[in-house]
Formats: sequence, structure tokens, C-alpha cells
Amino acid sequence: MSAREEILSRLRTATADIITQPGARGEVPVIGVASPGPEQTLELFAENVADYRASVTRCRPDEVGQAVAAALVRARAHVLLVPDGVDATWVEPLRDSGIRVVRDEGLTADQLDGIDAVVTASRVGIATTGTIVLDHADDQGRRALTLVPDQHVCVIRADQVVHDVPDAVAMLDPVRALTWISGPSATSDIELDRVEGVHGPRTLDVVIVS
Amino acid sequence: MTLQTTSHTFLGMPPFPEAARAALANTQQRRNLAHATATIRGKRALVVGEVERWEELRVAGADAKDEALHHLPHYLEQLEENLTARGATVHWARDAEEANRIVVDLVRATGSDEVVKVKSMATQEIELNEALEAAGISAWETDLAELIVQLGHDRPSHILVPAIHRNRAEIREIFLREMGTVGRAAPEDLTSEPARLAEAARLHLREKFLRARVAVSGANFAIADTGTLVVVESEGNGRMCLTLPQTLISVVGVEKVLPTFADLGTMMQLLPRSSTGERMNPYTSMWTGVHEGDGPQDVHVVLLDNGRSAVLEDELGRQALRCIRCSACLNVCPVYERTGGHAYGSVYPGPIGAVLNPQLRGTSSPIDKSLPYASSLCGACFEACPVRIDIPALLVDLRTKVVDEASGRSPEAASMRATAWMFGDHRRLEAAQRASTLAGRLLGGRSLRSIPGLGAWTQARDVPNPPRETFRQWWARTHGDDEEAGS
Repeated sequence: MSAREEILSRLRTATADIITQPGARGEVPVIGVASPGPEQTLELFAENVADYRASVTRCRPDEVGQAVAAALVRARAHVLLVPDGVDATWVEPLRDSGIRVVRDEGLTADQLDGIDAVVTASRVGIATTGTIVLDHADDQGRRALTLVPDQHVCVIRADQVVHDVPDAVAMLDPVRALTWISGPSATSDIELDRVEGVHGPRTLDVVIVS
Repeated sequence: MTLQTTSHTFLGMPPFPEAARAALANTQQRRNLAHATATIRGKRALVVGEVERWEELRVAGADAKDEALHHLPHYLEQLEENLTARGATVHWARDAEEANRIVVDLVRATGSDEVVKVKSMATQEIELNEALEAAGISAWETDLAELIVQLGHDRPSHILVPAIHRNRAEIREIFLREMGTVGRAAPEDLTSEPARLAEAARLHLREKFLRARVAVSGANFAIADTGTLVVVESEGNGRMCLTLPQTLISVVGVEKVLPTFADLGTMMQLLPRSSTGERMNPYTSMWTGVHEGDGPQDVHVVLLDNGRSAVLEDELGRQALRCIRCSACLNVCPVYERTGGHAYGSVYPGPIGAVLNPQLRGTSSPIDKSLPYASSLCGACFEACPVRIDIPALLVDLRTKVVDEASGRSPEAASMRATAWMFGDHRRLEAAQRASTLAGRLLGGRSLRSIPGLGAWTQARDVPNPPRETFRQWWARTHGDDEEAGS
């Protein structure tokens, strides 16, 4: 008997006493907090993102370029990676700044390691947890782009922010690769002392556009 | 019923009380543990307190896992179908040996002599690193705590923070001594500042991430209705392993299945708050088979039984398979806080380990026989468990099994048998009582200090002297006429 057949048969024997059918529990319950209003949700989101020691900027749509440039200057970034689908106006002000803009032309991991920062859009934000979810569409790029460079500038529209975790799960397409980001990478492995910045981007800048 | 074979690492482990005695004598470890568990308990309490509907979430979490466990063959087949449709290859492993063989063969086929690893309980359980090493393949642990454990030639002592028994000074020494022997050395001026230690780990591991062609991971959840695998982490080492190499091999216990993607709406609230005491962990990766042009293009999933089907057979005991390895039960346990993880003789320490290990491996070894007693049954673990595993009830049930298996051999079992025989007939009871009152009269005012065979129990207790007259004897003396009618 193959391992597959044997394991499945063991599991069938083990559950022989179960008389319900799969799915008998009914619909998955949605347990979360309802949004008290769009502005409160947005404020909570900004507060919780900042609580992870990510820096948060709120701006109007025509100010995104300035916000991105300011974040790059703060972190002293010289080389910025821009995925193809990113709104051109977000990097427009960088033209004469001395910050070099590069595109993803099949960059290797080693090449990505030489890049200081990346700017992306995002799919959904979660207020109660201060989380940003990327689904790696064209305006976010493949997963490695937002992982290897040391700074991630992430732009999110106010209408992409939902209140609680189940709202976000309902909006996501599981067929896509998904990355949930809550603050910069961190570890508490040494005496439970929190240290920000281990392997992922050590600087996370979130620009909320409304 | 096919149980898990106890690995050489834990074979011959002394019973828990003996191992605990050694651990208790280590004051450094006790101090580290007390600090760490108290810190994390406080953080957890704070973020769980923020969620008004926490109890509803716990019930939903338990229901989701029960739905999957009760119909495990159905959901596993669905998971396999969806994974295959999305370009992943699914393998099945009856036990640790088979799982290790599958992984070793897959790595060999790539031609690589090394793998980077995401922290995974399942691969620790099957001792994959040892199997890879034996095959000439280096396995690099990339979680900071796992790196500390690996470089220190040590064993993990906590599910979430495996190097919790080490303090910063010890970690600095390990890094300075060992890093250079397996890759980029630690800087000579390394201090014991946690930020500096983390920086040293970042530099040491980055060269391994950038060149790695194969990664091995576990999974926190495997979603049946989509084929999605989920890894929850903090440092970004998980993302590195899951994204940069060409080949990804994930070893997943069969109990990790969740019925639907929507169940993540519950689980992604329960796990981070219970585990690290954060509203959300820094990074979670979800992938569904192969994503074209993004991440590993050669994706394998090894579904592991290794004793789980035997645990599933037990109607009460199967709830232990709901465990999502958050480690909340460790942090609230007064026994774990004092003994640490090593005394449990397994990769699964603490209250859940005291249940899972004897379930997975059976109760034949001294360590597994003693684990159900490694608890005061205070119930804190059940209160903290995000999927409502009734650990105290399972411990009591396992104690019954341990006693039953020892039947006829222990003094307790022998005396219970004798008692049953005596109570079985009123003439025997009366004869025994006559004998005991005789003993009582003989003892007079002296007390009974020890009983042969019960030495340990009577060391700290005096046995009450038998009365000079029993109730039955008194009744017969004063109401002699009614005795026949009453019996």
C-alpha cells in the first residue's frame, strides 16, 4: 500500500466514530469589530502602524511624490527600486534629487542586495492590527523586491483600509502570493528584548493617501 | 495504531521529576525563564484584553480545527488536489524516517549540498537536520533563536523562543566562538547588546540566503479549499527562505489543515495575540503552489503522519491535535516556568508537550509515563489556549492510562485490587475490620510511622491509627437484634 493510501486509511479508521458530514459546522463565523466610521478606522490604522515603530505620513494624492522623497532622504537612500506598475507621479519629484531609480529587469538576489529602498502600492490595510497586505500585483512587484532592500516605502489609499482581520481576509485572492506586514522585521529572541530589523527591511515608511 | 518512534536524542531520557531536579538546580536558567515567561504573559494579557469577542474567537478556532480533524481524509484529499492543480508536488510520509528520506532525495535531486531552514516544529520532531547531515547536506537554521541553539550545539527549550534559557552574555560567546566556523564570523568587537547580536546574525545569514538554492519550511496552516500554505513569523528569515531559493520543501503535519481560507479570519487573530503577545506578527507569508515568475518554481509539500493518526483515534485525546503551537500554555504554566523545556524530553515542552508526547509516542518509556504527572492541574493552560484544548482533562485521562498499563505491578494497583476483593463480600470486610481493630488495640497510644511498600508516601505523613471498634461492631453491640434484618 502506498504511504498516501495507508495514511488516509489510518485516518479513516481513527475517525470512524464521526457521524457528521464535512461542512456540518455551517458557514465560517465572521468575528470582528465593525468600523465605527471611515475616519476612525483610518486613525486607528495610522496609530497601530506607528505603534510598530514604522513611520506614518498622511497626505493628499498630489503629495505622494514629496512624501516618498522625504522618506528616502530620512533613510539616506541612494538607489530606489520601482516596480513597473507603480504610479509614475510617486517618483516624479526624484528626477533631480540624485536618488537613482532602477526597474526590476529580472534582478538577482545579489543585485537586490545592492539596492537601498523600494516603493510600492499595497492591496489592503487592517486597522485593528496595523497590518498592510501585499498581493504582489504589478504595482507591488514580486515578493523579493519588498524583502531584500533595507527600506520599504509603502503607499496605501484610505479606501483600501478595512477595520478588522476578517474584512481583509474576505477581500484577498488566495490564488495570489500574499505578504502580511506589520511593522519592520523584529525579534524578541534575546531575553525577550524587542529588536527591530533583522532580515527584512529595517525601515518601513507608510504613506496613507486620502 | 501506529505510534511515533522515540528518537535517539530522547531515548533513555530520565522521568520528568529526575530531569526537572537537574533543571531546577540551574539558577541562571530559572532566572532567564522567570523573566521571559512573566514578560510574555503580560504582553499576551494586554492584547487579548483588547479583543472584546475573544471567547467567541476561541470557540470558532476550536470549531475550525475540529471540522478539519473530524473529516481529515476529506480535507487532506482536497488540499492535495488544490496544491497539485497549482503546480506543487505532494508527498506523503508515514513516519519520520520516510519524511526524512523524501526530503533528502528532493535536495539531492537539486544537486545542492545545503538548505536554509525556517523554524519548524515538524522538522525538529522528525530530526531532519540530523538526517540531512548524515546525507552530507548542511541545514542552516535561520531563525535567530534556532541559530543560537544550533551554533551552541544545544536543544530548543521553548516552542516560540527556543533559546529562552540563554542570556545575552552566553549568546555573545556562542556567536564569537562558532559563527566563523560555518560562515561569516561575528565582528570581533561584538557586545552583548541585543541589537548588536541581531545585526551579527543578519550579516552571518544574509550570505546564506543570497546563495541558497533550496529551502525547507513547515507551515502554520494549510488551507484545504485553496491549497494555500501559511507561515507566520517575525524576523523576515521566513520570507527569505520562502522567496529567494528555486526549490521549496515544506514538511506539514496532517493536523495543520484548515477547511477554508475564511478560517484565517479567526486564526490570524488568535495566533499572534496568543503567541508573541502582539496584535499581529511582523510578517506572514501565504503561497499557493507555484507563482509564475515569483519565488520558488519547484514547490513540494510533505504531509506527515508520524503518530498523529493514533492520537486522532482517541475520542477525548484528539483535541490535542487542534494545537497551533502558539506556546501560550508554556508561559502560564507554573511547572514549565521553573523547570524549563528540556526536562520534557521532546521538542514539544510544557503543558501541551506533557499531553502530546505520551499520545504520539505511547506511555512505555519512563519519560512518557511521567509526563502526565508534570502538572499541578491548575487549569491555567486551558484558560490560555486559543483553541480550547482541555489540557488538564487530557492529563488526567493519560494518568489513568499510565496506571492501567502498570496494573498488577504497582503497590497502588495491588492494594486497589485487594480492596476491591475485600469490599466484594461483607464477611470479608468484617474479617478485615476485626483484624484492623486488633492492630489498633495493639498499637495503643503509639502512632503508625511507616507501611511497607508505601515508604515514599509515609515519609511525610503519619497513618491514622485504626480504631479500637468499627462502626459495624459498635452497631452490632448496641443494636444487636436488628443486625440480621439489616443485612
